Amino acid sequence: MSERPAAARTTAARFEIPYRACLSADGRLLAENVRALADPSLLQRMYRMMLRARIFDAKAVNLQRTGKLGTYPSCLGQEATHVAVGAAMRAEDVLFTVYREIGTKFWRGVDMYRVLLYWGGDERGTIYEHSAQDFPFCVPIGSQMPQAAGAAMAMKIRGEPRCVLAFIGDGGTSQGAFYEAINFAGARELPLVCVIVNNRWAISVPVERQTAAQTLAQKAVAAGIPAVQVDGNDALIVHQVTVEALERARRGEGPSVIEALTYRLADHTTSDDATRYRSAEEVQAAWAVEPLVRLRRFLEERGLWDEPAEQATKRECAEQVEAAVRQYLSTPRQSTDAMFDYLLAELPPALQSQRDEARRYAALRG
Amino acid sequence: MAKMTMVEAINMAHAWEMAHDQSVVVLGEDVGINGGVFRATVGLQQRFGSARVQDTPLAEGLIAGTAIGLAAQGIKPVAEIQFMGFIYPALDQIASHMARLRNRTRGRLTCPLVLRMPHGGGIHAPEHHSESLEALLCHHPGLRVVCPSSPARAYGLLLAAIRDPDPVIFLEPVRLYRFMRQEVADDGQALPIDSCFVLREGSDLSIVTWGAMTVEALKAAEQLAGEGISCEVIDVASLSPIDFDTILDSVVKTGRLLIVHEAARTCAVGAEIAATVSEHALYDLLAPIRRVTGYDTIMPLYRLEYDYIPSLARIVDGIRATLAE
Repeated sequence: MSERPAAARTTAARFEIPYRACLSADGRLLAENVRALADPSLLQRMYRMMLRARIFDAKAVNLQRTGKLGTYPSCLGQEATHVAVGAAMRAEDVLFTVYREIGTKFWRGVDMYRVLLYWGGDERGTIYEHSAQDFPFCVPIGSQMPQAAGAAMAMKIRGEPRCVLAFIGDGGTSQGAFYEAINFAGARELPLVCVIVNNRWAISVPVERQTAAQTLAQKAVAAGIPAVQVDGNDALIVHQVTVEALERARRGEGPSVIEALTYRLADHTTSDDATRYRSAEEVQAAWAVEPLVRLRRFLEERGLWDEPAEQATKRECAEQVEAAVRQYLSTPRQSTDAMFDYLLAELPPALQSQRDEARRYAALRG
Repeated sequence: MAKMTMVEAINMAHAWEMAHDQSVVVLGEDVGINGGVFRATVGLQQRFGSARVQDTPLAEGLIAGTAIGLAAQGIKPVAEIQFMGFIYPALDQIASHMARLRNRTRGRLTCPLVLRMPHGGGIHAPEHHSESLEALLCHHPGLRVVCPSSPARAYGLLLAAIRDPDPVIFLEPVRLYRFMRQEVADDGQALPIDSCFVLREGSDLSIVTWGAMTVEALKAAEQLAGEGISCEVIDVASLSPIDFDTILDSVVKTGRLLIVHEAARTCAVGAEIAATVSEHALYDLLAPIRRVTGYDTIMPLYRLEYDYIPSLARIVDGIRATLAE
């Protein structure tokens, strides 16, 4: 806390929120100083993963429409932020998400089949073979944040060079839990990077109606931690600022907040109809700046991508998605015991008779 | 063996486990240099360092959520909520995450942690400092809820809670923190969790109770023993899951059940006990089950708190009425 200035009136503190971008909507390079530019294979892998997320996403929506999947929240339009964050993280870091960030999960090795299982009503969808410490999707908005701070605290206590990356949406920044967590992370210099995916809509409420703040990034100012706003449809800049923030955290210099400006091109979930509350013109304008086209153009200009590569990748993704769908649809539901099996390490005697009752009636139901 | 209060025994259990398990970390408001508002964590930060005994900001949801993140990462948090009346901001973390993490990840991530908090009234504390809200927590599968009623049980049950592979809510009756001194061996011996304790054997009536009410129940049993009335007093101790075997055995033996708790009556743990005893031992009962509880009112400010908390007289009358049926 600062001392009182010896003046009747002066400025107590001054803040600014930088904005950064690297690729324009038409794929022109706006900045050279991003690391992904030096790694063509990384650029290609990020683009491929964005394609895969988009193809998976469309398939998941179709499955829901045909009665083969429960309510599903589409990630359409936010693939750059999701994938680039995954690419910036290290395997040993820990990821906390909301419920849309499949691009990040896929990058970290979560099987598409698991994501289908989860939205298909099966807890086994949260089993992550390759990122076993990552938390599952978090549905109660903002509530993942204190847990993320706790995981970061564990890393700090043990002196490990690991970080926690926690996503939150624009809506989530209205929750007290968001502020509590970044405030605590700042006070303790915890290795926590928070990425706000500002997709402009908390279901039907636009960000302007959620807050009078000019940016969501500036909410970090009150927590005393650095923040930056970036073009969230630009995978290169999201990758860059996330790498910078993670490196900073890994060096023990504490948390930071990244606000990624993007757009939810789809309905909130398959249960929503966004035409009730936003205009077709707005959505059309958002399509003009969506994340995949610009990265493809950029890659093509650099000779890193072409139409045959595009077609081959789409085919390959579609096949992988179909294989995941087949595996999902052929997975039998869990036994009735599954409700009881993981309640506690051991089922208390008082619950054994309830399990027996559930078994009996499940057997009757066939 | 040293004679000590419950709060000293709680402190001693922390120290034992921190000395023997490097992964145990204490967190909460004012738990560090100040040693907690009731001094339950006094001296721990000096002994184990500020990395293992951490003051948190004043945010109960943050404390509970942070404990979940720590636990999932292999640290064993023993977190303090300063008073149970302040539990509400933490309920989202407790109910939506703490209680569910093992289940929703099919055992991939677990939540072995202890969330301690002072419970109940009787010490003339300000508004919101005297609540008995165990029912809020017992309604959530996936949690253990434990409430000790003596220094020795506080020591042994806290050790068991810290060693438990699942989240344990540990309710500490404020009225008993410094009520009595008892010899407690600092031997690291845990007491069984999920078990009742039979505090006094008897044959005419079973008093089933927990927390600070055990003291009043024992006084009532003692008083009526002079009249030849033999009361069994059972400290439920683990409020979720409940050891119904011990309770049912006792009721089958005595044929009469009086449930005593400080919490308000409606939808409370006593109602659950009454329902379960009715389901399993109705024909062994010689009289209707009776409850002596806090009223279904707001916990009053302290001038009236002893009008609210079940008194010895109410318990004695409850026993007599049940025996007269």
